[in-house]
Amino acid sequence: MDFNDSPKEAAFRKEVQEWLDANAEKRGPDDSSALSMFSERENPEMIAECKAWQRKKADAGWACITWPKDVGGRGGSLMENIIFGQEEAKYITPANIFMIGLGMAGPTIQVHGTPEQKKKWLPSMLRGDVVWCQLFSEPAAGSDLAGLRTRAVKDGDDWIVNGQKVWTSGAHYCRWGILVTRSDFDLPKHKGLTYFVVDMESPGIEVRPIKQITGGSNFNEVFFTDVRIPDENRLDRVGNGWSVSLTTLMNERMSIGGGMGIGSEMILAELQRVAEDAYVDGVPAKENPVVRQKIAEFYSRMKAMELTVNRTLSALSKGGMPGSESSIIKVTMGILLQEIAAFAMEMQGGLGAEFGEDASFSHGMWQELYLGIPAIRIAGGTDEVQRNIIGERVLGLPAEQRIDKAVPFNEIPTG
Amino acid sequence: MNFLFDDDQNMLRDAAKKLLRDKATFESAHQHMDRESDYDKDLWKLMIDNGWLGIAVPEEYGGSGMTYLDLAVVAEELGYYYAHTPFSASIFGAVEAIMTAGTEKQKHEYLPKLVNGDLIGTLALYEKAGRYDVAGISAEVKNGKLNGTKLPVSDGLCADVAVVAAKGTKGLSLYLVDLKQSGVSRSLLKTMEVTRKQATINFENVDAILLGAEGEGESLLEASINRTAILVAFEQLGGAQRSLDMARDYAIERYAFGRQIGSYQAIKHRLADMYVKVEMARSNCFFGAWALTSSADDIAEAAAVSRIGAVDAFAYAAQENVQIHGGIGFTWEADPHLLLKRMKLQEALLGGGGVWKEKLYKVLSSKQAA
Ligand SMILES: Cc1cc2nc3c(=O)[nH]c(=O)nc-3n(C[C@H](O)[C@H](O)[C@H](O)COP(=O)(O)OP(=O)(O)OC[C@H]3O[C@@H](n4cnc5c(N)ncnc54)[C@H](O)[C@@H]3O)c2cc1C
Repeated sequence: MDFNDSPKEAAFRKEVQEWLDANAEKRGPDDSSALSMFSERENPEMIAECKAWQRKKADAGWACITWPKDVGGRGGSLMENIIFGQEEAKYITPANIFMIGLGMAGPTIQVHGTPEQKKKWLPSMLRGDVVWCQLFSEPAAGSDLAGLRTRAVKDGDDWIVNGQKVWTSGAHYCRWGILVTRSDFDLPKHKGLTYFVVDMESPGIEVRPIKQITGGSNFNEVFFTDVRIPDENRLDRVGNGWSVSLTTLMNERMSIGGGMGIGSEMILAELQRVAEDAYVDGVPAKENPVVRQKIAEFYSRMKAMELTVNRTLSALSKGGMPGSESSIIKVTMGILLQEIAAFAMEMQGGLGAEFGEDASFSHGMWQELYLGIPAIRIAGGTDEVQRNIIGERVLGLPAEQRIDKAVPFNEIPTG
Repeated sequence: MNFLFDDDQNMLRDAAKKLLRDKATFESAHQHMDRESDYDKDLWKLMIDNGWLGIAVPEEYGGSGMTYLDLAVVAEELGYYYAHTPFSASIFGAVEAIMTAGTEKQKHEYLPKLVNGDLIGTLALYEKAGRYDVAGISAEVKNGKLNGTKLPVSDGLCADVAVVAAKGTKGLSLYLVDLKQSGVSRSLLKTMEVTRKQATINFENVDAILLGAEGEGESLLEASINRTAILVAFEQLGGAQRSLDMARDYAIERYAFGRQIGSYQAIKHRLADMYVKVEMARSNCFFGAWALTSSADDIAEAAAVSRIGAVDAFAYAAQENVQIHGGIGFTWEADPHLLLKRMKLQEALLGGGGVWKEKLYKVLSSKQAA
């Protein structure tokens, strides 16, 4: 056990710091923007900024540190990746709109793609030239993803796709998407699925924004009407779409869990700032024992989460796939940040009701965080689904009794 | 960076598990519950023979000079297997206090005997006020003679020597007190947990040897209790893991309404929450073990987060373990209550979550100010 950088890691960290110093601006001590989760609907200028930053990183060899060199990565270690993330979080950088591509689609293509497919998609993904979205969820298929009904029918060298996806983050600015469809309705639900990569500019795709509880609109409905997808854009075998989807989902839990960039020190500093300005019972909040103990508790739980991420990565460095352990992070993160944000608002007294940048405390960032958190608890497998995963895959408890697994898909009752 | 135990510790853990699985059973705990001054003497002997007592003590004081990482692994297994020996009081308590506050001479005199089992040590801190800060202590040492009453004192009936917190002429100080001398009277203190016996000890004009500088008791205690707390947090972690494993096994074995109860989400999700809390606590405890081994500046913070995590995880896991067992969980005969009671004892003896959160807040604030 050694929580410190090895000499090699320290040298790597120094190199990262030097590059960041030369290429980005350090976050000031009063800058709370790192806690912000959702912005207004992404516009072309924002996207351009994000892409420019990603390209800069790629040119310097910092994009996709853990990816193998032959697909354009650095071939670096998980620990180096953590180090880069830790350092990058100290700087003002554009939002990370590449998570679905780099965190989910990329790893899936690396596992299930042909050499041609890897060559076709990975380099432009890595450089940030092309942004990716995830077309999985449907109106009748969320937690029960394998219940999806978007239909793919083979037609010569193409597939014709009809149906509807929903909650598709970023569909309005993404050029490519990963798409799961049902290619056979007569097989049991998990057997009839086929996985594609789809060009979002294909004729027949319509993207409509959905307004979120935050007031913003980062996700969409996506309608498919006779959309043609060439067979060469199919990932893995026909009918093997469930197994490909599981690769994506496993990586998704990992990136949502580990990749938020909100750390214990940051939370502590931000909570202290509120506790200094707010009053409880006529004294500054930071002199109130309940407030102090809450802040300490939150710090302790944040610390545990960070260390758990590190522990998981140490285990992964020694070989092994991202397993169900990442469910621990995902299931802890949402509820913890929700409690923290709620508490920060409570400290503000009546001003906790304010909303928006002009709010009296922290530029309204706590309110924004509070409203954003449900997304963490729902997207990428809800808290309840994560608990099922932990219960069944980690603890080995018996699975739910199910009536939908063995029968043909078109005979399953629906609501 | 590597956030896991190394192969050396994994091997030690396997060896510890192998020994404790057979020797530190709940069955033997049940047998010991009704006896007055007892601890598991056979197990204690085995621990001595295996050199566990001196794992983290430097060789010059009779130990084997391994690391606190190694000791932490053993601590966790002692908690997991529900050992009832004076290990915690003597090694995590007294040895750490002497290591922290003792003079070279005192270390040479006491540590080898504590490490080879010739002496059993303990801490005598609390009194009737239920706290051990200056305001809560009335035991007093004048002209080298101690007067006062301490309770609860862990393994106070069998211990040979105690580190006592008492008022000296210059304020709170620590003292080494031989418990075999006349003027020391001890009685069993009735406690919820009855396998780790607690005592009330009365001191009447007994010899007390100053440990560390006079009047420095508060800061010395702070430093040594932080170390004790990390090691005890590993024991608590072990207890929490045991509670989880026990509940999980029962959820698979027990049927209701034609199904295993573990297939109901109310039970499955609770077990998942137990698991999450245990893993979170484990991460903070690792920080504690690492701080003890390699990063002295972090010990105060690491002790607090280890303790906060371990108290929380053990409380949740032990309580829900009783719940998941249903009626049998409420019986004396079954094992879940043993863990529940151990949990409460360990929480009481070093202070609960609130105490450690307040400490942590202070540590963090001074870190921020710096
Ligand atoms: C901000 C945001 C962004 C998203 N982005 C994307 C995206 O880019 N691409 C994409 O494909 N999807 C995306 N999603 C969709 C997300 O994956 C789904 O919302 C999620 O999987 C839940 O599905 P659902 O909404 O259908 O809820 P349901 O599955 O209907 O769940 C409703 C409730 O029932 C509970 N529940 C369901 N099944 C069980 C069970 N077996 N046991 C216990 N409880 C259960 C759930 O936990 C939940 O509380 C996004 C969602 C959000 C909130």
